[in-house]
Amino acid sequence: MTTSAPAARGERDGRADGAAPARPAVLTMQQAINRALAEALAEDPRTLVFGEDVGRLGGVFRVTDGLQRRFGEDRVFDTPLAESGIVGLAVGLAMNGWRPVPELQFDGFAYPAVDQIVNQVARMHYRTRGAAPMPVTLRVPSFGGIRAPEHHGESLEALFAHVPGLKVCAPSSPAEAHQLLLQSVRADDPVVYLEPKARYWERGPVPDDGPAPPVGTSRVVRPGRHATLVAWGAMVHRCLQVARLAAEDGVELEVVDLRWLKPIDADGLAASVARTRRAVVVHEAPLTAGLGAEVAALVQERAFRSLAAPVQRVTGFDVPYPAGPLEPKYLPTVDRVLLAVQRVLEF
Amino acid sequence: MPVPDRTVAEVLDPAVPDPIDLGGLPTDLLVDCYRHMLTARLLDAEAVALQRQGVFPAYVSLLGQEAAQVGSAAALDRGTDFVFPTYREMAVALAFGVDMVGYLASHRALWHGGYYDPVRSRFGAVNAVVGGPVPHAVGWALGERLRGGPGCAIAYFGDGASSEGDVHEAMNMAGVFRTPVVFFCQNNQWALSVPNHRQIAGGSVAARAAGYGMPGVVVDGNDVAAVYRATREALDRARSGGGPTLVEARTYRLAPHSTSDDAGRYRDAEEERYWRGRDPLPRLAHALRSAGLVGPDFFEAAERDARGRVTRIREGVASAPEPPGTDMFDHVFREPTPELLRQRAAWCEEERP
Ligand SMILES: Cc1ncc(C[n+]2csc(CCOP(=O)(O)OP(=O)(O)O)c2C)c(N)n1
Ligand SMILES: [Mg+2]
Repeated sequence: MTTSAPAARGERDGRADGAAPARPAVLTMQQAINRALAEALAEDPRTLVFGEDVGRLGGVFRVTDGLQRRFGEDRVFDTPLAESGIVGLAVGLAMNGWRPVPELQFDGFAYPAVDQIVNQVARMHYRTRGAAPMPVTLRVPSFGGIRAPEHHGESLEALFAHVPGLKVCAPSSPAEAHQLLLQSVRADDPVVYLEPKARYWERGPVPDDGPAPPVGTSRVVRPGRHATLVAWGAMVHRCLQVARLAAEDGVELEVVDLRWLKPIDADGLAASVARTRRAVVVHEAPLTAGLGAEVAALVQERAFRSLAAPVQRVTGFDVPYPAGPLEPKYLPTVDRVLLAVQRVLEF
Repeated sequence: MPVPDRTVAEVLDPAVPDPIDLGGLPTDLLVDCYRHMLTARLLDAEAVALQRQGVFPAYVSLLGQEAAQVGSAAALDRGTDFVFPTYREMAVALAFGVDMVGYLASHRALWHGGYYDPVRSRFGAVNAVVGGPVPHAVGWALGERLRGGPGCAIAYFGDGASSEGDVHEAMNMAGVFRTPVVFFCQNNQWALSVPNHRQIAGGSVAARAAGYGMPGVVVDGNDVAAVYRATREALDRARSGGGPTLVEARTYRLAPHSTSDDAGRYRDAEEERYWRGRDPLPRLAHALRSAGLVGPDFFEAAERDARGRVTRIREGVASAPEPPGTDMFDHVFREPTPELLRQRAAWCEEERP
């Protein structure tokens, strides 16, 4: 994480042409995704962006702001309000050679499209023995933390990661959001791209498009030697808060941003745990059958002898995301993560 | 494998009700339709037999729907159009020129989508989600319009499927976007055990078109000429920028829903007898003969050809190779995940003798 951010600028004004390398633009995550979408639309004429209110309005979170004006109504368009139809449209477009980037407006409204996602998008390549690839990037504003109405804050990653044929990622910062989106749209497999809406307005440096680590690579966002915190999306930020606090007591926590929830970077997890011997996985979704279980299983399979304590899970509870004042109590708090850290350290 | 010898008798039965009007259609087209319908009829019976012999785990017969399927397929342009089928469109596949061994590989359960290439065949993979492929047709058609291509999509679906949300979402989107797509509903009166009147409010499937801003047409689905004309008109409209059409072909599923079904539990023999009297095959044969479009030897020669073709397809599908086990890993992704590769390697290791 860069500590000294350059002065905030709304949009990056092109590459520097001089000898000195340009300082990366500072963008919000929502602007970073917008920029990645614009780059994807510009670099491949087969890319299409569509969904509910993404055209003229620019999306309810303004992630697609200005794209229709710039790329036209054929490339960026509003659809009727029909999630299953939107995803079904993407399947047919892909079968006709396009590279669709549909948006589902909110996570909770991905459920009406689950049949098309699971039975069609994820399986068409398989069903057709590779004849009909599905280069579909499904953008889903996701996760909690904005005190939204019911169904406007959900964690779907375990659901989608469980589905054969889908890849799943979730960025934690503007730079990650930009890079992961470009990587997703360039992939020939379907990717569910989960945007942590609580972080949409976070600013950060966004380097220009360039070589990216392979799909399925995690990133150590803060090195440490006493325990590893594993997270994705907005919980990476939460874990960094915890790590800073722990450092005041001399506990050095390593924070791993998983980035890809399928494929999961099992080697990266094992390498981190080999260094720290302890792991705590943190996610917003309910505990039972959440991805924390997958992380814990991978760690004990790959790094059993390194482990000095059982892997701890700090997660949402096995309840629906609660409303307003209860949501911060539902989401993993700094205190709950610190307690888990204490448990693995004192085991 | 003996095939029930009903065909010839039916074909030559002069007392056929409901004459059909061939007026204006080229003889070649009608003769081709007859050949495809007859081949489909025989191949369908063969497929049922293959199920009885344990070669197919199950099969869904299209018996009685040959005119709806062949007539609509005959209206399509094989070079530009794209078919989105369900699981019952064997005769569409046949008339559209799909590799039938590859198609029936799906029913032999060698691979769910069969062995044919759906993109090159311009005939989507067999799809068992009722209503599921209908929005794909709209997406394909939208994509075709965006790149200025000449093609149309056609989505086949049943009367039962017409109740699915996906079909309604798809029709509305097609109406809004005015995509070049034909919604072709084969109303075969039954959705498994549920009859039309428990399925469709509003009188007909076609009536729904009005709500989606497109023409809705009801056609006698057992009259191949009428089906051809209605589909052709819908395709012409779509191709010239006139947007989608919903065609409802009224037909009848003469067989049980599938080889696993017992239709006697929910419908009576009287109804089946009524529809057998409207069998599309003898209706076409009768019309061809009475219009003097075919010579006296035509029917026997056509049946000989059809039987020869069916035999070759049956032998091909019965002897088609099983896919290697590694196929189950190799088609999941374009770029397989490390975990999947690990599972594949472990499986290969375990399988090694
Ligand atoms: C979404 C879905 N629901 C249920 C089924 C089980 N099912 C398969 S076919 C069928 C009846 C379909 O009737 P219809 O659409 O009229 O087509 P037909 O079988 O008559 O050709 C049912 C209920 C299914 N395959 N898919
Ligand atoms: Mg039916």
